[in-house]
Amino acid sequence: MYALTAALPLAYFSEFPQKFYDSFILKNRYTNIVFGLGNTLMITFFAVIIGIILGTIVALVKVTHNNDKSKLKFLNAVCSIYLTVIRGTPVVVQLMIMWYIVFQPPVNLDRVVAAIFAFGINSGAYVAEVIRSGIQSVDKGQVEAGRSLGLNQRDTMVKIVFPQALKNVLPAIGNEFIALLKETSVAGYIAIQDLTKGGDIIRSITYDPYTSLLAVAGIYLLIVMGLTALLGKLERRLRRSDNR
Amino acid sequence: MITVKNLHKTFQTLNGKLDVLKGINQNIEKGEKVVIVGPSGSGKSTFLRCLNLLEQPTDGEVWFEGVQINVPDCDINQLRQKMGMVFQHFNLFPHLTVLQNITLAPITLKLKTQEQAEQQAKQLLERVGLADKAEAYPVQLSGGQKQRIAIVRALAMNPDVMLFDEPTSALDPEMVGEVLQVMKELAADGMTMVVVTHEMGFAREVATRVLFMDDGQVVEEAAPDQFFTNPQNPRLQDFLSKVL
Repeated sequence: MYALTAALPLAYFSEFPQKFYDSFILKNRYTNIVFGLGNTLMITFFAVIIGIILGTIVALVKVTHNNDKSKLKFLNAVCSIYLTVIRGTPVVVQLMIMWYIVFQPPVNLDRVVAAIFAFGINSGAYVAEVIRSGIQSVDKGQVEAGRSLGLNQRDTMVKIVFPQALKNVLPAIGNEFIALLKETSVAGYIAIQDLTKGGDIIRSITYDPYTSLLAVAGIYLLIVMGLTALLGKLERRLRRSDNR
Repeated sequence: MITVKNLHKTFQTLNGKLDVLKGINQNIEKGEKVVIVGPSGSGKSTFLRCLNLLEQPTDGEVWFEGVQINVPDCDINQLRQKMGMVFQHFNLFPHLTVLQNITLAPITLKLKTQEQAEQQAKQLLERVGLADKAEAYPVQLSGGQKQRIAIVRALAMNPDVMLFDEPTSALDPEMVGEVLQVMKELAADGMTMVVVTHEMGFAREVATRVLFMDDGQVVEEAAPDQFFTNPQNPRLQDFLSKVL
């Protein structure tokens, strides 16, 4: 109890209106949050798209190779290295390598673009493993039924296996994207003003850590809750065929 | 129509090699209804699955309509369109409606337009008494209904031969009759059929020839009345005394 009152002095509550005014309204400081939120959402959105595309391609390569070891040997080796390196190193380090090494002149692009690529490539590795497990969870009788009708390997994968795999892994993919949204909070390492950095800027001006940082945490929480609800809806729609 | 010469199949297992088929020679003519019976593990299903190359034979030749199909330059997808297959566990596509299950292959392979495919599917559903289930999902159907849909799905490709792999073994006893009824009507229409089954009544009534397989070989083959009333091989006599 003592620790709690020490951590959050009760006086804070009586001063809250003033603190709120100082943190957000005075000199339009709220724009730090709004601008940062914009960057966070933009980085997350495009990184998710890159992650899905990359993850799907890698998963398909790995599954195809697993089914027939003579196929796609080279691509499979490339994918394995990609998975090992990306999953074996911290995302912050990948982000800094992307900006301070890869995106240096003559590459003349915005640091937000660097962040989108870094987080997208990072996410792709995790999405790939999720999708691969989803594909392998589909009963092999489904493939046999498709092939016995004369469909080729590709059509069987696209029309029969993949839709079922996606349904199986949707919760896991959703988690991955929620994790990605929160991971972008390290974008400040390459001086991007994202939501977290925006709150931190306010904190460093006002010397009041409570108002700005708790507001930032609240905004992340609201977005995640919104995404969770959205994914639940999508999942229910995909589960339509399970309803008796 | 189907000719099998010296067919061998060996599986690699953890305990070493397992010889499942040990040299099978068969010739199945157009319009024949060949029923294969035998104890479990005798290689019946493997033999059937070698006919449309769901299992790749280890040695020997499989010919279909004058073409050897177990050679690398044979377009097996093309030939499988003419060989319908029905599985023990139905293998309907759970994410598609009954109608979509039936029309998927003809539409994907561009054999029919969507309207033509749906019209044909509805006619076939009418024939098996399931016209009202067109918009249902597989999970909403009973086992017998699922298997009748699976038969219709194979028929929608207008196959020249139908392969049945224990089509009633996974069904509750009261649903066996409805599936066998559909198969009998199919036989009466002149369809060439190869059926692996434990339904001796069906073999007796529908078969033009019954094969008894044991230990990877066809031990005895005869017309059904001869097969059941006057079995020659002691292993067949033993088998029949247990199942009849």
